[in-house]
Amino acid sequence: MQSSQQWVEKYRPRQVKDVAYQEEVVRVLTNTLETGSCPHMLFYGPPGTGKTTTALAIARQLFGPELYKSRVLELNASDDRGINVVRTKIKDFAAVAVGTVKRKNGYLCPPFKIIVLDEADSMTEDAQNALRRTMETYSKVTRFFFICNYVSRIIEPLASRCAKFRFKPLSEEIMSSRILYICKEEGLCLDAKALSTLSSISHGDLRRAITYLQSAARLFGSSISSENLISVSGVVPEKVVEAVLQACRSGNFDFANKEVNNFIAEGYPASQMLTQLFEAIVEENDLSDEQKARISKKLGEADKCLVDGADEYLQLLDVVSNTMKAFSNMPEEFAYEC
Amino acid sequence: MLWVDKYRPKTLDHVMVHTDIAHNLKKLVKEQDCPHLLFYGPSGSGKKTLIMAVLRQMFGSGAEKVKVENRTWKVDAGSRSLDIELTTLSSANHIEISPSDAGFQDRYVVQEVIKEMAKNRPIDTKGKKGFKVLVLNDVDKLSREAQHSLRRTMEKYSAYCRLILCCNSSSRVTEAIRSRCLNVRINAPSEEQILEVLELIGRKEELQLPAGFAARIAEKSNRNLRRAILTFETCRVQQYPFTNKQTIPPMDWEEHISEIASDIMKEQSPKRLFLVRGKIYDLLINCIPPEMVLKRLLHELLRKLDAELKHEVCHWAAYYEHRMRLGQKAIFHIEAFVAKFMSIYKSFLIATFG
Repeated sequence: MQSSQQWVEKYRPRQVKDVAYQEEVVRVLTNTLETGSCPHMLFYGPPGTGKTTTALAIARQLFGPELYKSRVLELNASDDRGINVVRTKIKDFAAVAVGTVKRKNGYLCPPFKIIVLDEADSMTEDAQNALRRTMETYSKVTRFFFICNYVSRIIEPLASRCAKFRFKPLSEEIMSSRILYICKEEGLCLDAKALSTLSSISHGDLRRAITYLQSAARLFGSSISSENLISVSGVVPEKVVEAVLQACRSGNFDFANKEVNNFIAEGYPASQMLTQLFEAIVEENDLSDEQKARISKKLGEADKCLVDGADEYLQLLDVVSNTMKAFSNMPEEFAYEC
Repeated sequence: MLWVDKYRPKTLDHVMVHTDIAHNLKKLVKEQDCPHLLFYGPSGSGKKTLIMAVLRQMFGSGAEKVKVENRTWKVDAGSRSLDIELTTLSSANHIEISPSDAGFQDRYVVQEVIKEMAKNRPIDTKGKKGFKVLVLNDVDKLSREAQHSLRRTMEKYSAYCRLILCCNSSSRVTEAIRSRCLNVRINAPSEEQILEVLELIGRKEELQLPAGFAARIAEKSNRNLRRAILTFETCRVQQYPFTNKQTIPPMDWEEHISEIASDIMKEQSPKRLFLVRGKIYDLLINCIPPEMVLKRLLHELLRKLDAELKHEVCHWAAYYEHRMRLGQKAIFHIEAFVAKFMSIYKSFLIATFG
């Protein structure tokens, strides 16, 4: 179905020079295009900043559609990437020798293949270790592109074999200009307030911003307000967070309990609430650093519990009770525990 | 027929509570451009009702002719083959399953069932959609691996197969899945809305409703519409005509737990703990979910406590509920919570009264 194509795919930059805001990478890769030489690459940075896009774009530009299939192997976390795959599939692909081909547009197609390993930080350490020797043995005919969110999860021997590039979160102006471009193409009408909301709820993640925009456009039609965006994004509205904080300030446990109950009944996700509560606490002026640290510690613990699958109501209540105690400077230890 | 089913809105036009959501969904289905949907919200808020209404809107009344089947899938899992049995609810155009019923094998269910769905594409006669719908219940209970394989299948087969996911808490659904669906938050109906529904049922059943009676049911229902309607029907069976003094029967298990709570408050000793354990076992073998037991117990205890103890008790409830999730046997953790509470309460009593 044509109409249900994801906008994220539709508006993915096709050329390296269209990738916004990541100047160093773009400069290096443009150079690569002209000279045809390229080191192994490691791209890291938060989601939605253009890592995969850049890797795919350079591959496409180097080889063009006619050679793309035979020269590029793309593997991401949804493919099986255990140690067996590294030993067989990747190695077999890497071993094939290729030559230089003159392409129509005048660029030389360089004599190597590219293996793109998306979400490489989810590969097991064993699998990464198995890659080490493969990378060196076949470095004449194969270049590896590693893409990951956390560079610390890539083992050192792999990282030291690559040119590392950090992708920064997109600034608000760049994001707005991209969003406005899409709005123009799709015939949407977005006011200034909605635009700033969209930038703030997506935290520099352009993919997320575009996904929200598309969901909102599907649900609410062509004119989108900032409330519409908030409702599709699953973000908890500002005033709900404020109400919970207010309950913490009041120091009345029963009141806070009622507020938490209400929050759960409204069906908001508790993990989202923790994130937003954290932001609100950090910016709160009346709290000392110690109080903030105390609350943040609890928020972290509760988030871990939620990931483990603990009950949302109980965890949130615990957080709220702890925050309340921090607000009124009650001792952290429990009085009657033995 | 129970009133809950009898008065369940069949189409998106008849929905009483989430009218704005229903309106949006209708627009979505009309445009023939239906993305994957994820419904989340507390129980009794109308997720299922909306999903059924959406299916009806998509496929007409054919979506209501469902058959219940116990089906077995043969799955090749590496070296051995597994048999997975599941109950499915299906019509010509949709299948509804709860993949989490398969326990740790849920990953294979996700892969197999969706593959099978995608293979048999519905015939494109006039007026029929070129896709099938798979309704998955309780996606929040799926294991991590199952959720990860779901995200690949969602993309791969999206041409023939639309997913409608339904869960209570969206925190437990991975970001990767959430970002591939259109998220629809279903909030619990407010007390006024419940009141409205109850009054409508009262009118349709030609009952005399004293003022304030329905309001009391709505208040007792914890914003759970299904429960409100069930309670309403129970009251009707117990005593009619209604009087304003008529007591609204609480749920059995809730009464049981409030009994347990007062047992705990009266005496804190190993002997009492033993007695309480027996009562909790009664609840568990009657299939009351352990986290509900713990939550309700906390609720009952908080009502009876001094303010200074409340923080401490709610912390331990959260702590033991988390442990329960990680562990295997629920009874240990509930009992540990009770023991912890007893010890705290006892030392509080000693500190206060000597």
